Amino acid sequence: MFCEKAIELIRELQRMGDGQLPAFNEDGIRQVLEEMKALYQQNQSDVNEAKSEGRSELIPTIKFRHCCLFRNQRCIAAYLYDRLLRIRALRWEYGSVLPTAIRFHMCAEELEWFNQYKKSLATYMRSLGGEEGLDITQDVKPPKSLYIEVRCLKDHGEFEIDDGTVILLKKNSQHFLPRWKCEQLIRQGILEHVVS
Amino acid sequence: MPVPPGVGKEENFFSLDDILLSQERLPCRTDTTFPRLGFLEKSNDSRDIPEATKMEMPLWLAKGLYERKRRVLSVELPKVYREGWRTVFNADPTVVDLHKMGPYYYGLGSQLLHFQHPENPEIAQAVLQTFIGRFRRTMDASQNAYNKDTSALVEPLDSLERALFKVGQSGLNAFQRWEMGQASHLSASSLVLNYRKRKITDLHD
Repeated sequence: MFCEKAIELIRELQRMGDGQLPAFNEDGIRQVLEEMKALYQQNQSDVNEAKSEGRSELIPTIKFRHCCLFRNQRCIAAYLYDRLLRIRALRWEYGSVLPTAIRFHMCAEELEWFNQYKKSLATYMRSLGGEEGLDITQDVKPPKSLYIEVRCLKDHGEFEIDDGTVILLKKNSQHFLPRWKCEQLIRQGILEHVVS
Repeated sequence: MPVPPGVGKEENFFSLDDILLSQERLPCRTDTTFPRLGFLEKSNDSRDIPEATKMEMPLWLAKGLYERKRRVLSVELPKVYREGWRTVFNADPTVVDLHKMGPYYYGLGSQLLHFQHPENPEIAQAVLQTFIGRFRRTMDASQNAYNKDTSALVEPLDSLERALFKVGQSGLNAFQRWEMGQASHLSASSLVLNYRKRKITDLHD
């Protein structure tokens, strides 16, 4: 049957639950595009034959292939679009710099798109809240206090806070830090929020 | 947030769930000849798919080829929507394992209404009554299974019911967190955590 490769792409995305990004399946996409090219050419020659020789019994076959073309188109569009949504979510989860392993799963065009998205978001955030701008990826949950207690889950090196103090984020050390400074590190799993 | 599936008879173009739903196979009978496509039908060696061939087609293809005015193909009902099974669903909808029979029992049932089948009103009624009959139990389970293994509860659910169950569970968990005063607790993103889990399993390989 036609369109088996295309549905395989969709299954692959669906299997990766929770918005994780699987490696870009360039080979799968290429195979679907090839199938589409073949279907289109067969249809072209059948359409010409049906027109010039008046063979209207070919029409059901032409329609059959046409449906398959549409199906492949839908699957590819949905594959790419779903990936874009996942990539967009990454900006909010990981911040503007992605881990290499994840960047490795994206194709060149997706990386380009991510950079453009980052820029648009940054421009927008600069335009908010007067001179300094406003980071809208912060404080997704309303804060209860300005400072919070955090524990380091892995060695992260030196870290500078607003007043210029430099602290060393060493594994298992505990600190009392401004919330807005560590929110991102908590989301990345480097710090752990300790509630006493 | 992924693209949600469509509601009722409508499909959502970009929804992965709807694409997988429209991959479900339906028993069909061709009412016309499809020249030069014989290679798709393994049962005979002819060049064409002749008229009155019984074959299984995915829903998307049946939907694309089906026409009200001209007879191109007729769609037969899958087993679970026929009268025999409808009586079973009527008797007690809560005992059937919809995941094994579907897993898109409701979705496919709604999609079948596109084809002018004389039993359409009964199918619509059966699908609706099944949902009503099972919903209470699904909701109950999702609101009360806290900190428990839910796999046995989820197993017999249709994909629509699973989605509802998940929403109910996340609501329950959020409420419990709020009651314990942990709503403002910051935690690592589930994406990051899952990603790390996968890396550890990679190491074991």
